[in-house]
Parts: sequence; structure tokens; C-alpha cells
Amino acid sequence: MGRLRNYIRPYYTYIFLAVMIKLSGALLELWIPDLMEKMLDIYVPLGEKRGIWLCGGGMVLCAAGCLALNILANRMSAVSSGKITKALRHDLFAKLEGLSARQMDALTVSSAESRLTSDTYNVNQLLARVQRLGIRAPILLLGGVGMMLRMDVPLALVLIALLPLIVLIVWWVTKTSVPLYTRQQSVLDRVVRTVQENITGIRVIKALSKTDYERRRFRDVNGELTDVEEKAGRITSITNPAATLVLNLGLTLVVVAGAYRVNSGGCKSGVIVAFLQYFTMILNALLGVTRIFIMFSKGQASANRVADVLNLPPDLEVLPVKKTEATENHIEFRNVSFSYTGKGDHLEHVSFALKHGGCLGILGPTGAGKSTLVNLLLRLYDRREGEILLDGRDIRTIPTEELRQKFGVVFQNDFVMRGTIGENISFFRGLPEEDLTHAAGAAQAGFIAEKEGGMAAEVTARGNNLSGGQKQRLLIARALAGKPDILVLDDASSALDYRTDANLRHALSREYAGVTTIIVAQRVSSLRHADEILVLDDGKVLGQGTHEHLMNTCPEYALIARTQMGEGKERA
Amino acid sequence: MEKKRKSWLLQRLWQYLGRNRAMLALALALSIGSSLLSLYGPKLSGRAINAIDLGAGQVDFDTVFRCAILMAICYACSAGLTYLLNGVMIHLSRTVSRQMRHDIFENLTSLPVGFFDRYQTGDLISILTYDVDTVNQSLSSDLLQILQSVVTVTVSFFMMMSIAPELETVFFVTIPATIWFTRWLAGRVRPLFRKRSGKLGALNGFVEEMLSGQKTIRAYGREEAVLEKFDEKNTEAVDAYTVAEANGTVTGPCVNFINNVSLAMVCLLGSMLFLQGKLGLGDLSSFVQYSRKFSGPINEVANIIAELQSAFAAAERVFSLIDAEPEAPDAVGAKELTKVRGDVELRHVDFGYEPGKPIIQDLSFHAKPGSLTAIVGPTGAGKTTIINLLMRFYDVDAGEILLDGQDIRTLTRDSLRRAYTMVLQDTWLFHGTIFDNIAYGKPGATMEEVVAAAKAAHIHGYISRLPQGYDTILSDNGSSISKGQKQLLTIARAMLLDAHMLILDEATSNVDTRTEEKIQRSYRSLMAGKTCFVIAHRLSTIRSADHILVLNGGQVVEQGTHESLMAEKGFYYDLYQAQFDSVAG
Repeated sequence: MGRLRNYIRPYYTYIFLAVMIKLSGALLELWIPDLMEKMLDIYVPLGEKRGIWLCGGGMVLCAAGCLALNILANRMSAVSSGKITKALRHDLFAKLEGLSARQMDALTVSSAESRLTSDTYNVNQLLARVQRLGIRAPILLLGGVGMMLRMDVPLALVLIALLPLIVLIVWWVTKTSVPLYTRQQSVLDRVVRTVQENITGIRVIKALSKTDYERRRFRDVNGELTDVEEKAGRITSITNPAATLVLNLGLTLVVVAGAYRVNSGGCKSGVIVAFLQYFTMILNALLGVTRIFIMFSKGQASANRVADVLNLPPDLEVLPVKKTEATENHIEFRNVSFSYTGKGDHLEHVSFALKHGGCLGILGPTGAGKSTLVNLLLRLYDRREGEILLDGRDIRTIPTEELRQKFGVVFQNDFVMRGTIGENISFFRGLPEEDLTHAAGAAQAGFIAEKEGGMAAEVTARGNNLSGGQKQRLLIARALAGKPDILVLDDASSALDYRTDANLRHALSREYAGVTTIIVAQRVSSLRHADEILVLDDGKVLGQGTHEHLMNTCPEYALIARTQMGEGKERA
Repeated sequence: MEKKRKSWLLQRLWQYLGRNRAMLALALALSIGSSLLSLYGPKLSGRAINAIDLGAGQVDFDTVFRCAILMAICYACSAGLTYLLNGVMIHLSRTVSRQMRHDIFENLTSLPVGFFDRYQTGDLISILTYDVDTVNQSLSSDLLQILQSVVTVTVSFFMMMSIAPELETVFFVTIPATIWFTRWLAGRVRPLFRKRSGKLGALNGFVEEMLSGQKTIRAYGREEAVLEKFDEKNTEAVDAYTVAEANGTVTGPCVNFINNVSLAMVCLLGSMLFLQGKLGLGDLSSFVQYSRKFSGPINEVANIIAELQSAFAAAERVFSLIDAEPEAPDAVGAKELTKVRGDVELRHVDFGYEPGKPIIQDLSFHAKPGSLTAIVGPTGAGKTTIINLLMRFYDVDAGEILLDGQDIRTLTRDSLRRAYTMVLQDTWLFHGTIFDNIAYGKPGATMEEVVAAAKAAHIHGYISRLPQGYDTILSDNGSSISKGQKQLLTIARAMLLDAHMLILDEATSNVDTRTEEKIQRSYRSLMAGKTCFVIAHRLSTIRSADHILVLNGGQVVEQGTHESLMAEKGFYYDLYQAQFDSVAG
């Protein structure tokens, strides 16, 4: 809740103004029963018609003023709560974007998503309603009590004596329901996840005829959500009848006490009539207040979930520049080790140096650490030991923006989004059309020109209307379009047929000769031209050097090369 | 049009409520009971005041006490009933929302796969969570309020009638005013709420998509640009919200105004009647109390009607998903496929995802039981489309596909799909343990079986090195597990299955060639006697196929064995030679 205050602070004046307007409206409304009492108690018994009409007219005027002020205040509260929510969402999304892969794994995308939408929505509702009802209700409540005190102290005390009881009820309900709402939101995360998995895995699920199983799985989590919702609902629903009961009993006591007071001449019976009026008002106000507390419970659970994300410690901070070595090497790894889990090594003592315009090939079996190396180079994770240098500068000292601008990357199974082909290649960089076309040409993405609309052709969610090979070429075009200093292709051409792959290679060496390139691949043919090839297995470097060098020194490499090409060549 | 849609919506909503008619009836009974009891209070207090009004020293204490005791009992019972009623309504609304989510999900899982390419996951999720919740909220609180309000209004009306029928003339003005005003406003805000739901869904869709591509966005340093895009959607969503909220909340103050004015009128009129001696002070007090009670619920109902507009807007989205056209049901009398031999034949098949854009034209081939058919061709030639047709994710536009001599459209989809084991290029793993992910296709698989499958897929070594082994939980991104390893896990999943036909669509594209070869050996034992379809770019891996289909532009341009195709020196020969281009040059 403390975090939330920072977002509300800029609107303090605005909210204060809205509150004052609301307050004026509420005071005007309080005046109505007062006028009524005057009319019924003073002018009616006297039969003074002028007074009666004046009071009646006053009531109507008060009502009109109240109308105008309330509409204005409601509008203001909708605006300010909207703006606060917007800022909160903005920061939350910015934070989520910057989370390290490790943090995102721990959070899960489905939970991040529901925090960003469902939870911020709950907070929004809380803000709007607290402003709308939260001012009017307590003021009507306090005002009602005040008026009663003014009219007859002993009778008012009967009511005041009951208020602590109601406070106690509300306190208990809030305390009990906040944990339940928190649980409700986390069960909701699981519902979201189940749906998400079913949408992304629809083909597999259908192929395996697991639809019934998935339906059962959903039924379970759906049932769990319903249970916790019901439980939370049941607790909070105690408030309303309990508070009403307490107040109505108070009213009964007032009638009895009033009977004595009137009998002893302490007050007029009109006072009791007015008291009953205030009671109804106070009761409604009190119910409004308790409703706010219910919303508060829900809002607080959500606000906490949002704050949990906002409070995550920054990962991968930029370090101050210490020294920059003069070097010809563009990229250099010095004795780099890394582990995802902190236990064992996913990469051990990797060293290599690559000159400007050079090409590094990385080969190795599944799980050898090839993609890990790419992740470290892009600083998606920080290496555990050793140094990673870019033009002689530790990459941890390079501002993230500057660092990432140097790269054009294609990850394994990379991200294709809904939109047009052009948007996917430009990828939020606002690149000119000719850059896109040129990159697409080099990436062998001739299929784009054949599509209806060309660059403007639609890509469906997750790129499902593109074949695996088309997706890969689109992604390579994306990497090339930004004219990067360094091109990283992580298994980016595995779905391409050999001919397209070969054409791509030729185009790269022809048109992007000055670009330092790192290629991760399974095919020796994709790498053999590299200036240096790194053979990895289980995080360790098995061999390092040119193709010819490795053919002689690294038996693993020679074996792979021979099975892939030698034999094929013989047969062909 | 608008009216028709509204009555249709109400009808649909009623279908959900109607399933729980008994509970609804109970709620109604409780509601009437509690309202009657709480309404009896003012009548009693009025009587007590009349007894007090006799003046100092003359108060009729007997009546006062009797009334007070009755009041206390009334209020206590009323509170008890209200609590029970709340319980029933909460249960009712949760049951309804559970049923709605249930129906949405059931229909989602029966939709054709193409549906999900058109919608963003996040938007669908927004319907299932936010929109269902919105409908549900108004059902639980608003429906209850309306019930109570209707009862309160009716009873108050009669109570007032019994006190001073003349005073009721005031309501002939104010009630129609309220009704007219509320209706006018409801018509105005409904489209605003519709927009609010839609924009929130769009925001959710965007968020979901961008979070799933978070790694790439960071790698390109596009956080700022994406954030700008997010801000656009966020602004749209918040603006839609603010406008709907600002207009929706006009109702409260307006109806309040009408009520306050009516109170003033009641007082004026009442005073006149009192002056004429037609009304006692206690009566006037009770009447004013009732008129407040009377106006309170009208106020509430007006507010609720505004709120209901948001529920209607949300319900539209909910029903659009529940009513989305599912996969065409199995043909009447569709047969359950048993004892599959695995004889697959395509006859003159035409197909396109969109009408007028054929992907496959006049495709014919025959795969004999136990044979290995390889499908090769340049990217985008329609290879995966053939798989989609074999599995009947889509139906052919013309021609037919026969399995063991039967048109697959005469078979139940479930039994047809069970006849295949499929490994796709796009790996799909869910949040759960490695064991669960591998055993997914075979319920009740033992640890031994799973380990054996993992060994055959050459992923056992990796798994056993993990601290939690087979109990390791995979998360959605699973960044510490590589794409190749994910593929191996899905292969292990397939190894456990015992179908008669096997489809491998680029199943090992991210796996290194040596592991691939090892897997191939396991595959061979898995494939023994089964009809297999393999799509692969690495032509070395399909040389041993019985039959190679060479596709280009949706048509079979060549077919035969590796040797015969090489001898032809045609399209296949060119493709095959291309892999050695760089060796040569």
C-alpha cells in the first residue's frame, strides 16, 4: 500500500479539490433533514405557511446544489483514478520489460499478465470508489452524529456507544478477508496459465486426444477459484447485516430512551422523529463505509501483488567504467563461466577473441551451452566468472541501451508477433521501408514479395500462418534490418532447406562483410567458413580453431563433419 | 437491433440463472422475508412515537416497550435472513460464473485450431477472467439489490398507502421521472461500457504477446518503443474506462436529486395535510421514513442499471466466445477407428486455408502400412499442411483422404488422432514436472516407462543431472532449458505412445546431428511396423525412406526412393546437392 501512495501523491491537490466539492455536496445534503425538522417542528405546529414554503424551497435548492457538486466530483474522481492507474500500469509494464529472464521465470508470464490487468483494475476500482463513496459516507456519518449531538446529547450518546462494536466487526472482516483475496488472485494466475497453455498447445492437445483431460484440469482449478471466491464473499457479507442490526437495535434504544426524555420533558417528540431520519442516513452511510472496507480488502491484496513486482531488486545493473583496453578485438571472452542455477556449470572457462568483421561459429550437441553463450554476450544474464569485453570494454559497464543497439539477434524459436510482416521486421524501430526490403532480400525472404500485400501482409498470432522456414527468414531479416555491428544467429536457419541456407550464407558474406558474426548451428556447412569455430559439449570447450584445424585436432568435430558432409558427398 | 440484442442477452443470462432455479426461489423468499421484517420497523417506531407524542408525563410506556421489543425482534430476524440471503446469492453467482468459465473453456477446447491464430491469447483470457467477473459481480450484488429493492418499494408503497394515500401523488411525478431518466442514461452508457471491455481485452492481448517476446525485445533494446505502444493501449483503455465511469456515475446524484425533491414535496404536502388536521405528527414521521425507504431502493436500482450496462457489455463478449463455431461435429454415425493397419491414401486433394488461395492442388499419394514416407521440399511448399490434413485439423476442400480404405471424415476425430503419434517442430511444454510432461500422452505411465522413453530420446542424462531430476518444474519460458532439449522432451513424450502411425514434423530441427542420429536408432525401433511420415530438411536423415514425396508449390513434383530421385537429377537432386554447396565453394 505504501508504494501506491507515491502514485497518488501528484494528485493530492486534485483529489483534495474533488473531496472538498464532494464535502460541500454532502453538507448540503445534511442540511435537508435539518430544514425538514424545522418545518415539521417549528412551522407546522405554528401553522406558519411562509416558513413551511421557505423550508421546502430550501430543501429543493439544497438538492439541486448537491446534484451539481456530486456530478462534478464523481467526474473528477474517475479522471484522477484513471490517471493513477495509467501511471501504475506504465511503471509496472516498464518494470516487467526490464526483468531478467531469471526473474520472469520465477514470476511466470501468466501472473505478470494478471497483475498488470486484473490487479491494477482492482486498485483502480478501489481508488475510484473510495473517492466517490469514501468521502460522502463518512461525512454523512459524522455529520449525522454531529447533528444528533446538537439536538439531544443523551440520545446521541446511545448511538455513539454502539459505534465501537461496528468498528470491531469491520476490523475483523478486513483482517480475515485480505489473505483470502490474495489467495484468490493467485488461484486466478493458475486459471490464466491453464487457459494460456491450452491455447498455445492446442495442436498437441488435440493430437493426443487430451481434450477431456485438459477439461478436467480446468474444472479443478476453476472449482478451486470458485471456492475461494465464495469463502471471501461469505466473510465480507457478514458486515452488512451485522452493522445494520447493531444500528437498528440502537434505534430501538433511542425510542425507549426518548420516551423517558419526552416524559420527563427533556425534549420534544419531534426530536425523535428527526433522530429516526438521521438514523436512516447514518445507516446508509455506514453501509457505504463498510463497502469501502470490503473493496479495500480486495484492493489491498491486489496492490500488494503489484508492489511485489515493482519492488523486485534491479538485476544486471550497469557498473561504472573502470578501464577500457586498447584492442583490435571486437568481442572477447576471457575464461567465462556461468551457471543458471548456481549449482554446477552450464558454461566453463570459455575464451575466444573475434576481430571486427570476423565470424565465430559455435557447434555442439543439444544442451552444450551454445545459447547460454549468446545470452551472456547480450547480457541477458551476468557471467559468474571471467570477463566479457566489447572493444576492450567490460559489457557490464556499457549502458544497456547502447549495448543492445550494437546487436542484431535471432534466437532459437524467436518471437513473431501479430501484425504485418513489415512491423515484424522493423520491430518497433521505425526503420525505413527500403531497409526492410533490403534486409528481407538478404535474408532470402522472397516469399514476402509473393504474399498479397507484401510487407503489409498480415501475420497471425505467434506467426502461425507462416511456415517454420518463413518465420526464420523473417527473423533474420529483422536482425539485419537494423544494420547491426554484431549479428548473432542462434540456430536461425535450421528450418531452411539447404539451398536457401546456402544462398543466405552467400548473401551475408557479400553484403554484410564488415559485420562481426556469431553463428550457432547444427550443420557444419553453416559454420565451416568461420574464422574460428568453438566446439562445445556440456559447457566445456572441446576444440577451437578453423575448420581445417579442427578436422585435424578435434575428433568430435571431425566426426560430426564427416557424418554430415563426407558421407553425403561420397554417396552423392 | 439494440433492443433485440438486449433481450437476447437477457435470455442467455437467464439460461444460466435458470439452471439454479431452486436457489433463486430461495433467495427470493429470503429477500421478501427480510425486507418485510425491516419494513415493519418504521411502522412500529411510528406507533411508539405516537405513544410518546402524548406529551411530558403522559407517555404511554406500555405501548412504547411493546413496540421496542417487537422492533428488536424484527431487526434481529431481518439481519439473520439477510445474512442467509447473502450466502445464497454468493453461492448462486459463483456457481453461475463457474459454469460460464466452464462453458467458455469447453468451447475453447473444441474450437478448430485456426481460431487461435486469429485471436490474441490475452484477449481470450481477458474474457474468461475480467468479463466473466464483471457479469458475475452484477449478478451477485446487483441482482440481490434489485430483488430487495423491488420488495422494499412495493411494501413501502402499500405502507404509505395505508397512512396517507394523498401523499402518494408526489410519486406519480418522481417515479416516472426516475424511470425515464435511468433508461435514457442506460442507452447512453451501454456503448461506452462495451468499449471499456473491448479496450481492456486489447490491452491484455498486447501485454500477453509482448511479455512472451520479452527476451527479444530486450535483446533489441526496444523496451522504450514497446512501452510507448503499451502507453497507447493503456491510454485507450483508461480513457474508455474514465468516460464510461464518468457517465455511469451521473445516475446516482441525479436520482438522488429526484428523491430529495420528492422528499421536499412530501413534507410540504404532508404539512398542509397536517394543518388541515388530516394527518397526525407520528403518521407524518412514518410517512417520511417510508418515503426515504422508498426512494433509497429506487436510487439503488438506478445506480445498478448503470452498472448493469457494464455487465451487458461484458456478457456480449462472454457469449461471443461460448457461441464461437466449434469444429464441425463428427459425421452422424462416425465410426470409432479400431485395429489400425496404417494404410493412408490421398486422392486428388485440394486445400487452402483461405478460399481462393489454394496451398495444395490435386495431391495424390499412397503410403502402405509400415512404410516410411518422407516429405521434402522448399520452405512453404505445403509440407506441414499435409500433416494438418492427415490429422484432420482441417478438412480437405476437394478429393479425399483414406485411412485403411475409409474416408477419414467418416471416422471420429478422437480415434483418428489417437491413431497417430505426432512430434512437431513447435515444442509445447506446460508448467509441471518433467515427469508429467513426458507422461502427458499416456496417463498412468510408470517411472520406469518414462525413464525408458527419456533414455530413448537421449535426454535422460540431462534430466538426471538436474538437482530435482524428473521432479524439476518447467516454467513457461524455461530459459535454462534449450530449445533442443525441449524437442527431446517432446520426443520422449512421443516415445511413450503406442499409436500405429507416426508423424515427425521437423521434430529434431534444433537437435544436433549426432544426437539426432542416436534418436533415429530409437525411432527405428519405435517405427517398426508403423506407417511413418517424416518432414525434414536434413536430407541425410531421410535417405532410408521407402518413399520420398518432393513437394513444390503445393504439388508433388517428384516421388520415389532416394536412389531413383538422385538418378533423375531433377528437383530433389538439386535440393540434395545444395547442402554441399559451401563444401564445394
